Amino acid sequence: MTDASAVVLSARAVARTISRMADEILERTDGPDGVVLVGIQRRGVEIADRLADVMRDRDGSIVPRGALDITLYRDDLQTVGPRPVVGRTHLPVGIDGRTVVIVDDVLFTGRTIRAALDELADFGRPARIMLAVLVDRGGRELPIQPDVVGRVVDVAPRDRVDVFVPTLDGRDEVVVSRGTT
Amino acid sequence: MSLLGKDLIGIEGLTREQITTILDVADPLKAISERAIKKVPTLRGMTVVNLFFEASTRTRISFEFAEKRMSADTVNVATAVSSVSKGETLVDTARNLEAMKIDMVVIRHPASGAPRFLADRIESNVINAGDGTHEHPTQGLLDLLTLRSHLGSLEGKRICICGDVLHSRVARSNIWGLKALGAQVAVCGPRSLLPGAITDLGVEVFGRIEEAIQWADALNVLRLQLERMERGYIPSLREYNRVFGLTRARLERAPKDLVILHPGPMNRGVEIDSDVADGPHSVILEQVTNGVAVRMAVLYLLAGNAPALADAAKAESA
Amino acid sequence: MTAPLLLTGGRLVDPSQGLDAVGDLLLIDGKVAAIGGAIAGPDGARRIDCAGQVVAPGLIDVHVHLREPGREDVETVATGAHAAVAGGFTAVAAMPNTRPVTDNQATVGFVKRQGEAAGFARVYPYGAITVGQMGETLAEFGEMVAAGAVAVSDDGKPVENAHILRTALEYAQTFGIPVVEHCEVMALAHGGAMHEGTVSARLGLKGIPAEAEEIDVIRCILLAKLTGGHIHLCHLSTKGSVDLVRWGKDQGVRVTAEVCSHHISLTHEAVEGYNTNAKMNPPLRTARDVEALQQGLKDGTIDLLVTDHAPHHYDEKEREFADAPNGIVGLETALGVNVTWLVDRGILTIPQLVDRMSCLPAKVFHLPGGTLATGSISDVTVFDPTRAWVVDPAAFKSKGRNTPYGGQTLRGRATCTIVGGRVVHSLDG
Repeated sequence: MTDASAVVLSARAVARTISRMADEILERTDGPDGVVLVGIQRRGVEIADRLADVMRDRDGSIVPRGALDITLYRDDLQTVGPRPVVGRTHLPVGIDGRTVVIVDDVLFTGRTIRAALDELADFGRPARIMLAVLVDRGGRELPIQPDVVGRVVDVAPRDRVDVFVPTLDGRDEVVVSRGTT
Repeated sequence: MSLLGKDLIGIEGLTREQITTILDVADPLKAISERAIKKVPTLRGMTVVNLFFEASTRTRISFEFAEKRMSADTVNVATAVSSVSKGETLVDTARNLEAMKIDMVVIRHPASGAPRFLADRIESNVINAGDGTHEHPTQGLLDLLTLRSHLGSLEGKRICICGDVLHSRVARSNIWGLKALGAQVAVCGPRSLLPGAITDLGVEVFGRIEEAIQWADALNVLRLQLERMERGYIPSLREYNRVFGLTRARLERAPKDLVILHPGPMNRGVEIDSDVADGPHSVILEQVTNGVAVRMAVLYLLAGNAPALADAAKAESA
Repeated sequence: MTAPLLLTGGRLVDPSQGLDAVGDLLLIDGKVAAIGGAIAGPDGARRIDCAGQVVAPGLIDVHVHLREPGREDVETVATGAHAAVAGGFTAVAAMPNTRPVTDNQATVGFVKRQGEAAGFARVYPYGAITVGQMGETLAEFGEMVAAGAVAVSDDGKPVENAHILRTALEYAQTFGIPVVEHCEVMALAHGGAMHEGTVSARLGLKGIPAEAEEIDVIRCILLAKLTGGHIHLCHLSTKGSVDLVRWGKDQGVRVTAEVCSHHISLTHEAVEGYNTNAKMNPPLRTARDVEALQQGLKDGTIDLLVTDHAPHHYDEKEREFADAPNGIVGLETALGVNVTWLVDRGILTIPQLVDRMSCLPAKVFHLPGGTLATGSISDVTVFDPTRAWVVDPAAFKSKGRNTPYGGQTLRGRATCTIVGGRVVHSLDG
């Protein structure tokens, strides 16, 4: 339960942030050639889609988009309660020699990204892997850092950061909820 | 609490939600077998024993692929049937295995109820890979997955199970699973191969295969074992094919395209003719593919779950 | 000589003399010396206060398996007879499917002597109908009766050859003993592990149809009709059997029948979960059968109640259902089960229950006892029909622990069992 929550990114702010992130990715990859956007199920996939839409609007380039479900690569399956439902992993093109941009909504401990790196390794050997996240909330447990960040929020470990996306949640905003102790 | 509890003994008693979850998990797992590296690390470090008291090539290999693709360590134990007079009892076998620190047991046994017996007495997860004439839950689940991919929702769909229902664990698992998902279920075969109380299970009965073909959306054709003839349940395999065999001529009179399943191994020319088994309506090889995915899903959903449940079960049986 | 015993203030229930009244009972020198009213016992008589208890002629179970000789690891005559008195039985008849089979005077005499040596319940041996229970050659009825056999049976299996069964029914008349048949058509029952019905269809266990029993029941009745012999039918389990016996009795055939406590209390649903302690032959049937058996007992079609006490080693039941042996122990639970399922539910009155557990077994098998008439043997069962108790198999006197009633609460329990004027069991010390 939470006792207070605050919107840290409104719908307009999210749109602006994603637009900026798209530009930053293209800048770092030196254009869209050889880039694959791979969203992490489920909200990372939504954000990857929106990033791709922005890239298409910029110069008409179609960046391949994939989805990665990291459930089977989690390191905590022995301890979690109910088994998480497994989502679909789908990579539209081979990733050998390409620049793969992993896209996720919130970066926290880094364990999800660790799992994603493991899973990607089972599909091939990209020339480079980058990480783009909408929100970096700190609290890393592994030596993993994002290359492109939408917004850094400074919160306590117990606080919640929720990214709401229109397709799944019917709202478009980022909310921080203060956790009770 | 976990979705399935400690064991998978049968489909009887599983809810629609539980069955749907297994199928929903199995669906994306199919893709793993299509990858260049057909392996995920999910069950790394877990030891699974495939304890087969009855000859089975197909089911054992399917389980073994599923286990290996989930990165479990597997040991196959194929044992002649334990008899009262000779050899180790089932519970001793299991306790010995457990003393070697295993995590899961996949058991195939000629006695109905053997997996349940085992599950009540050991802490490891137990998966029934077919027990006597009771259940073969993973076969039932893979049939459901296959049917679902061809018919969509099974609500109201008509599935007829044809052949030796009396001796078939596949039939029982199918009946429970199909009914839980809202399908209409029928059985068809000579009365001598249907349990007397079969209608108590909530199924319709067709005496002639022609009637079943008129009625059904899909037919699940069971294997007819030669032994049934020797024990006097039917006069001959030849006559069985004449009266109950699924032939192309019979299938051509169907009012719609039927989906044809068979759990294997097939007796071509007995319960099913080759031109049906190899024909366009047959999904028999797809069943085999789905079998691996369903077993991966079951392993994933059960593995390591709740040893406390085992204690509770033991206390209950004591 | 044991001291005279004076049981005071109990409810004396003796259907053999139409007695049901509070009063005293005096036992001297192994005989009933006086019954009814207030009795001033002789000097030195031991007094037992029976207020609130039923004082009945000793219960008799004409169908038990004591496993000796052959399986003394599972039960002996002594442990079985001890279990009997703990359950309120003053006499049992031991089936002859021992190893070797009790099919000769020597083995019959052995069982009888083991019973006497044990000093608990009276043990009456059965002799086999056929040598080795093989169904081929008649055993020596005359020699076995002389050694103490009270009846003949191939229990555990039927006498499949109708000619042999006919001959047995004829030959047994010389000795005035019943021929006791286990009714089962083996070809129909073969490989079956439980009742053939809904539960067997669900569990995937091969079933034994009711007709496997009923076909043999009618065969037995017709052979008794043919021969004029006395056929006693073991452990009937189906409604059809009750109907057939009713028909046979209407025809004047000398047919008597028994039912087990488990068949009037449990149904095939008890097998759920592959409970091997619910596996017996004949199997537990449907609720409709249970009701018919209860009614058959009430209207006298079924003459008497038995246990079919069948101890097995723990390991033997601890296995796959189809491979587990048939049978359960019953001596120490039968009275409680019968009171709970028959008396408490209004099927039988207490005098009717005593009739079917004591008087009729004695009458049908021509045994001493079954009455408290003055001068009869002083076998007495004192029981509390309202006492609730929890079945604890670990506390059984029997070596067998295989019961489906473990942990259940039953009402009705023997508090004192007296055999030949001697207290051989006293619940409260």
